[in-house]
Amino acid sequence: MGIVEFISQPWHWSVSGAMIVLVMFILLWFGGSFGASSNLRTICAIGGAGKNISFFDFDWKGQLWNLVFIFSAVGGGFIAVNFFPSPEPVQIAESTQTHLSNMGISTPQTIADGYGYVPSEIFAVDNLFSIRNLFLLIVGGFFVGFGARYAGGCTSGHAISGLSNLQIPSLIAVIGFFIGGLIMSWLVLPVILTA
Amino acid sequence: MTKSEAVSWFRIQEMFRFESFHMYGIIGTAVILATALTYLSKKLNVKSIEGSEMKFKPKKMSVTRYLLGGIIFGLGWAMTGACPGPMFTLLGHGVWAIVIVILSSILGTYAYGVLQSRLPH
Repeated sequence: MGIVEFISQPWHWSVSGAMIVLVMFILLWFGGSFGASSNLRTICAIGGAGKNISFFDFDWKGQLWNLVFIFSAVGGGFIAVNFFPSPEPVQIAESTQTHLSNMGISTPQTIADGYGYVPSEIFAVDNLFSIRNLFLLIVGGFFVGFGARYAGGCTSGHAISGLSNLQIPSLIAVIGFFIGGLIMSWLVLPVILTA
Repeated sequence: MTKSEAVSWFRIQEMFRFESFHMYGIIGTAVILATALTYLSKKLNVKSIEGSEMKFKPKKMSVTRYLLGGIIFGLGWAMTGACPGPMFTLLGHGVWAIVIVILSSILGTYAYGVLQSRLPH
C-alpha cells in the first residue's frame, strides 16, 4: 500500500486524538492556545463590532495566529478530500443509520452517494432553500456561536484544553454541551426532521 | 479533522445517541494525552518558543455561564453537526451550505456581545 493510500484510510480514533494533542501543543509552544471559537469573536472585532460593543473592543491583531489556524483548517479540509479521500464513506453504526433513516436522512453507502460528512437532505445546495434546512443551519449556527461565547469556549477550548488543565468550569461546559446535544438529538431533531 | 471524521454530522448524531465509541475515543484519547502532557509541561517548566509560560489559563469558577452557554452550544452542535473547527474544515471540503452556518455563528457571537451584560453569568 502506498503512503497516499495509507493516509487516505479513515484514521483510527486514537491517531486522531493524538494528532489533536500534537496541534494543541504546537499552538501552546508558539505562545498560543487551542480554542477555535474565539476566532468568531475576532472576526466580529475585525468587522468593527468593537466600536459599539465593549466585548469586541480588544486588540484583535494579537489573535491573528488563531485566525491562521482556522484558515489553515480550510486548507487542511481541501487537501484531505482532494488528495487523501477515503476509499469508502464514513462507517456509521447501523442503529444510527436506522434512526436517521426513520427521520428521512440517508447515510451514504458508497462514495457515489457521498463521503458521509454531511447529509445531502440538509446540506446539498439544491435542498438549501427549505424552511427546515435553513432553520437547522441558521439557528444551529447561531446557537453554536452564541453558546460558545457565553461558555467561553467550544470543544477544543473546553473539552480538550480545559479538561486537560483540570478546569471544573470546563467540565460544567462539557456537561452543558451534552445536555444540549442530547435534548436536540433525542427530542427536538426527530420532530424537526419528520415535520 | 477530516480523516478523523470528527467533521461528520453523522458522527455527531452517533455520539449523542451513544451508538458508537468513535467520537469518545477521539476526545478521550486527546484529553488523557493532553492531561499527561500538560502535567509534564508544568512539572518540567516547559516554556513557549518566546520563553514565556505556556498558556494554561485557569478559568474563574462559576456555573451559570458554563452550563447555559454549554447547553445552547450543544443544541446547535447537534443541529449542524459542526462546531467551529469543523465548520471551517467543511468549507475546505466545498460544503457551501456551511457558509450559512459560519455566518450565523458569527451573528450568534455578535449577539452574545450585545446581550452579555444582561445575561446571568
